Amino acid sequence: MSAELSLKPRHLLPAKANKRTGMNVSVDGLSLYYDRHTKALDDVSLRIKRQQVTAFIGPSGCGKSTLLRCFNRMNDQIEGCRIEGRIRMDKMDIYHPRVDVSLLRRRVGMVFQKPNPFPMSVYENVAYGLRIGGLRRRRELDEVVERSLRAAALWDEVKDRLNENALALSGGQQQRLVIARTIAVEPDVLLLDEPASSLDPISTLKIEELIYELKSRYTIIIVTHNMQQAARVSDMTAFMYQGRVIEFDTADRLFTNPKEKQTEDYITGRYG
Amino acid sequence: MAKKKRRNPFIPKGDPQSWFARGEPLLWFNASGVTLSLLLVGALLYLLTANGLAHFWPKPLYSLSVAATGTDGSENESEPTKRLYVERVRTEVSTHATGEQRSTLFRRGNRDRGDGEFVWVNDENVVSLSRPAELVRVLREAWGPAYGELQSLETPRGTVALSPDADQALYEALDRIDAVRSKMAALENGTIRKLNREAQRLYQRERAIGGDAPLAEELGKEQARLSAAFTGAQRDMLEMAQSIEPYWLTLRVDSGELWRLPLASVLAVQHPNSMSYVEKLESWALQLWAFLSTAPRESNTEGGVFPAIVGTVVMVLLMSVIVAPFGVLAAIYLHEYAKQDWKTRLIRIGVNNLAGVPSIVYGVFGLGFLVYVVGGELDKLFYSDALPSPTFGAPGLLWASITLALLTLPVVIVATEEGLARIPQSLRDGSLALGATRFETLWRIIVPIATPAMMTGVILAIARAAGEVAPLMLVGVVKLAPALPIDSHYPYLHLDQKFMHLGYHVFDVGFQSANIEAARPLVYATALLLVVLTIGLNLFAVLLRNHLREKYKAL
Ligand SMILES: Nc1ncnc2c1ncn2[C@@H]1O[C@H](COP(=O)(O)OP(=O)(O)OP(=O)(O)O)[C@@H](O)[C@H]1O
Ligand SMILES: [Mg+2]
Repeated sequence: MSAELSLKPRHLLPAKANKRTGMNVSVDGLSLYYDRHTKALDDVSLRIKRQQVTAFIGPSGCGKSTLLRCFNRMNDQIEGCRIEGRIRMDKMDIYHPRVDVSLLRRRVGMVFQKPNPFPMSVYENVAYGLRIGGLRRRRELDEVVERSLRAAALWDEVKDRLNENALALSGGQQQRLVIARTIAVEPDVLLLDEPASSLDPISTLKIEELIYELKSRYTIIIVTHNMQQAARVSDMTAFMYQGRVIEFDTADRLFTNPKEKQTEDYITGRYG
Repeated sequence: MAKKKRRNPFIPKGDPQSWFARGEPLLWFNASGVTLSLLLVGALLYLLTANGLAHFWPKPLYSLSVAATGTDGSENESEPTKRLYVERVRTEVSTHATGEQRSTLFRRGNRDRGDGEFVWVNDENVVSLSRPAELVRVLREAWGPAYGELQSLETPRGTVALSPDADQALYEALDRIDAVRSKMAALENGTIRKLNREAQRLYQRERAIGGDAPLAEELGKEQARLSAAFTGAQRDMLEMAQSIEPYWLTLRVDSGELWRLPLASVLAVQHPNSMSYVEKLESWALQLWAFLSTAPRESNTEGGVFPAIVGTVVMVLLMSVIVAPFGVLAAIYLHEYAKQDWKTRLIRIGVNNLAGVPSIVYGVFGLGFLVYVVGGELDKLFYSDALPSPTFGAPGLLWASITLALLTLPVVIVATEEGLARIPQSLRDGSLALGATRFETLWRIIVPIATPAMMTGVILAIARAAGEVAPLMLVGVVKLAPALPIDSHYPYLHLDQKFMHLGYHVFDVGFQSANIEAARPLVYATALLLVVLTIGLNLFAVLLRNHLREKYKAL
């Protein structure tokens, strides 16, 4: 990538209304079984800091998405899935039996690998989470919708078609819409599963800029297959292989001076 | 040396690919299958339309001269030919040892004169066939049509001679009688029916209070008032009936005799041989409208099918209102909430198999369980003062609708489940990840998207229910129920009433009536109407669904 794709904030985001700046996440001895025989995560331990971008890299099928889905307990949906170990956010156990997963998910937003806008208007897509949260006043909704769309660098493109069906947007626009939808509810942790995998370089850049800008107010965890992207956007990077975290270090060190042989093989492209 | 031309490797060396390998036979097989089905559907619709709609067209009347043959085939000297005023019905060809023989069925009308309403005439015996302009067809409330020449009209003010050019007086009299008749109908359906209801209520209250003297006195007063009103209404009826009695129409029938008919029972007089095309069209429309908007007469072989239309529509709509929520809820539970294990699978197989149970079995279930058990209990709980005469403990609209709802439940469940299965998991995940509960996701995302599929289910259910007859005979449909199940009297929708149904009407008119030849065209017309109604109900639901589908077309 060339120099003009530098990561400089082009516009200042409006402040987050809830003033929170993310949560520290700690993972201790996390193992996950999809059924009795397939162990998708094997004793994972990590410390993820607020106001930082943490990237997970690794070959396909190594468990990156699985680990990401543990943070907002999306794996609860899967029948027969079992988890051992602990995940805490700001010292609070998120797998405590009395935790309400919808409350957790309001604080831990997630953007999926494939854009999945709801088949409703652009406006309603962004307002969805707010309405679920009980916000009814049109004025406030308008305000938050605009703010979120601006934050996702989508406002200028859709401000005249807020009432159009979101499915009519392009793939890149849809992905940014989904990001806008997620940050509209102002979570503390943002989980991004290959948010740019289906996008062109320009849209990818926009999303990377966005991540860079959001960083100061969130804990951002991103899964990516793109090593350059991980190097560009992340502060910390974890290399995963067959359900285990092989190496977890600052992005600088991991990419320039990996300690493990497997990491080096992977980032230099010698893996499989 | 000539350069050898390079062979195109994509062109096979030997014969082109065989006819069979290209799948040609399958294609032809498919195409002929489709063509055959289309032809059959087309033929069915043509048959129904031609026979059903033509019935209302004012067909020409003939003056037919028939050579009167004795049993031995010799000419009858004293009366060489016989004149008949007839309408042509159809011709049939039969092959005998002596060769082919064509004979035609004619309708002579004038059933109440006792000369035989229909007559087969050997085509060889037809001496002459003409269409005199002065022949008229008199449509009557009873006894079928009468054919003849207009002779005279008796009115309270005297007798008027009628001729083809001077029949104004007849039509004026008919209009007057029509007005009186509709007033009588209004009185009958309005005031008198209301008084009947009140009388019934009073009777029940009387039984309920037992020996309470002051109350009984009050009831007695009420009763006196009612019977006074009743007598008044009856007197009005009688007066009106008497006011149209002195009108008589005299016809000259084919034998030359004069025939006096009470004009009070005459519905219309047509002179089909001298009508212009526009007049005929007008008459056709009027008769068609009468068919659609009036009640049947003459044990269903004449008159209209209005109560049957209303009964069918109300029953089907009620059925959809019952089956839609139950089917949809069941499907949602099965697909979204139930654990997908063997128990759920078993239930699903059970549901699918329910669709294959013969419909009469549902009728038996409806009668045995719904009517006798549920209805009987309802009567004991809420209508005990009316017992032993049943309210809900007898076949009726509600039970018929519920029975059909049970019958069509699998259709709705299967269609809805298919719709739910088509919704990508990613949408559910997207909603859940925003902190929505499962119910919120279901309500705000899944249900709206699955609505077209649910509508498809309801459409299929309607299509099935509208044509179903067998179970209905057990749980509420009757041959004749002039009182509509829906009207302007509280509670407007009479769930306990028996009702008429077009499908059953077809069966009844076609197979249960004594006068087959007279009823035959009505069978076609009613069948056509049933088809049109089914298509109409379906179309309505399809349009509704397409309107909804527009919103999610990108999915
Ligand atoms: N719902 C599931 N049920 C059973 N096994 C699953 C399920 N989801 C994932 N797995 C298995 O768990 C392992 C990890 O999958 P995961 O989706 O986390 O990989 P990933 O690292 O995200 O891969 P990719 O980069 O291709 O997205 C894989 O072997 C996969 O087959
Ligand atoms: Mg993945």
